[in-house]
Amino acid sequence: MADLPEHLLKRAAEARAKAEGVPVEQVLAEMKGEAPAAAAPAAAAPAAAASQGAGRDLDADSAKFGVPRPLLERAMLARARRDGTPVPQLVGAGAPAAAAAPAASAAPAAAPKAASAGPPPGVRTQRLLTVVKANAIQGTTREPQDKVNVWPHLLAIEFVALISMLAFLTLLSALVDAPLLEFANFNQQPNPSKAPWYFLGLQEMLAYFDPMLAGVLIPGFGLAALAFIPYVDRNPSVRPSDRKLAISLYTVFFVGASILTIFGSFFRGPGFNFTFPWRDGIFFDDLLTILE
Amino acid sequence: MADRGRTSLKERVSGLGDHVRNSQVWTSIFRPGSALRADSGDSPRNRAYVVMNNVLYHLHPVKVKRRGIKVSYTLCLGGLSFFLFILLTVTGIFLMFYYRPTSPQAYFDMQALATDVAFGQLVRNMHRWGAHVMVLTVFLHMTRVFYHGAYKPPREFNWVVGIILLLLTLLLSFTGYLLPWDQLALWAVTVGSNMGGYVPVFGRQVSFALVGGVQITADTLLRFYVLHVLFLPFIIVIFMAVHFWRVRKDGGISGPL
Ligand code: HEM
Repeated sequence: MADLPEHLLKRAAEARAKAEGVPVEQVLAEMKGEAPAAAAPAAAAPAAAASQGAGRDLDADSAKFGVPRPLLERAMLARARRDGTPVPQLVGAGAPAAAAAPAASAAPAAAPKAASAGPPPGVRTQRLLTVVKANAIQGTTREPQDKVNVWPHLLAIEFVALISMLAFLTLLSALVDAPLLEFANFNQQPNPSKAPWYFLGLQEMLAYFDPMLAGVLIPGFGLAALAFIPYVDRNPSVRPSDRKLAISLYTVFFVGASILTIFGSFFRGPGFNFTFPWRDGIFFDDLLTILE
Repeated sequence: MADRGRTSLKERVSGLGDHVRNSQVWTSIFRPGSALRADSGDSPRNRAYVVMNNVLYHLHPVKVKRRGIKVSYTLCLGGLSFFLFILLTVTGIFLMFYYRPTSPQAYFDMQALATDVAFGQLVRNMHRWGAHVMVLTVFLHMTRVFYHGAYKPPREFNWVVGIILLLLTLLLSFTGYLLPWDQLALWAVTVGSNMGGYVPVFGRQVSFALVGGVQITADTLLRFYVLHVLFLPFIIVIFMAVHFWRVRKDGGISGPL
């Protein structure tokens, strides 16, 4: 018996036991070749004995197992060659003289042309090509996940977010106009002159450092450092408790950038000198119209 | 129909509706899942079709992890950045109809928007405030991604794409800043682009390329205009496409902490 998986063997044994009215254990043992064939019911006995004993009646086996005779013969020869055992004697009708030939060399010759005349009536011609084990061919490592339909669940949330943002901007725009100062004049630089607000952190740094450092090297290397974060931070955990250093560093960056930007926006007056917004007023034209 | 006797007007109207909605023209335009189809209705199959058969919703998969749609996780910041970009595109196209990137017309066109153009001032306001808000949401989006550690494998490269998006967002905002051609625009951009002059070794060249001359002139206005309305949007759309595509390919929104 080819090494079939245990559960298939068991299922086959159960089916046969039911059909023949014998205990499952007995059939199973028989299929595994452990029990003597004598234990089988009378009808099966001769064939079983033939396949186990010295001689083999291929026609009887063919009828019994529903496998065409040529296939049985080929299997028999192949097994003999594989195991290096002599080819069993053929008995019964159609046993040719070739049956006595030595295994290896005789194998091709031993397949008689006459045998390819097609299966006898009532014999099924399928055969077992392979047995797929119970686990899938492609291993799936993904756990089943709790998923929801994008429509309506996610799209509804996005819609609300979008409408809220639109409402907020429309309201703001209806209430406050964007600033528009006098016509651009190359000969009259306002005091102070400030960059757009998102660069005011950098402009603030210009007050402390050399322009090349504050205006080019720090933002340049800062941006590069940000881009390289994933390749520098090799810690695989995403739990905050495992990432104290990374979180501290980013927080320093975030708070630092915010403070510098707020400082540049609200605490710098004419000449980019330090002022208190509540004492000297605010010199921040981006929000000019909002603050008025 | 004929053997039904007289049909009321209501029946006839609804019959016409069904007829139209089952016509070949209608069903060829509205794909399965559309609420406008005769066979629309709430079923798992139609819910899937809504997303699969719509070019806009198709950015999304049919299903997402339940925790991925928690508002408290993403705070919608990436999505809002994208929405603001769309809004800025729409309002920006409106503004382009009334704006000439030359001196002094640019400034007069800004004034005309406030006085002569229906909703001109409102649209300009939305464009400007929206731009400020977008810089904020992009920056906050980056911050939330960092605190979630959502840049860790397999999402490393999408973080890098994000940094490029941040840079492009800043450049878009900066080039737009000059366009009103008023004192605020001129001198803020002067301060900003002076920094380019401090680039080691190539400072003069960088500054020259940025403003299109040794100092800001009307030529700079045209240069910034083209960058602002064509070049940078073109580039950022490409990077956004990669960004969204990678969000999906990297397995959707990152996991819980
Ligand atoms: C124009 C700017 C940007 C747009 C429109 C955008 C859009 C989005 C959207 C819609 C998502 C889906 C999840 C969410 O909404 O949070 C996302 C995720 C992500 N974004 Fe962005 N983003 C932008 C800039 C950035 C920046 C500046 C970074 C970081 C430097 C970044 C890094 C990421 C990463 C790593 C994810 C995956 C997050 C996760 O899986 O939890 N993005 N982005």
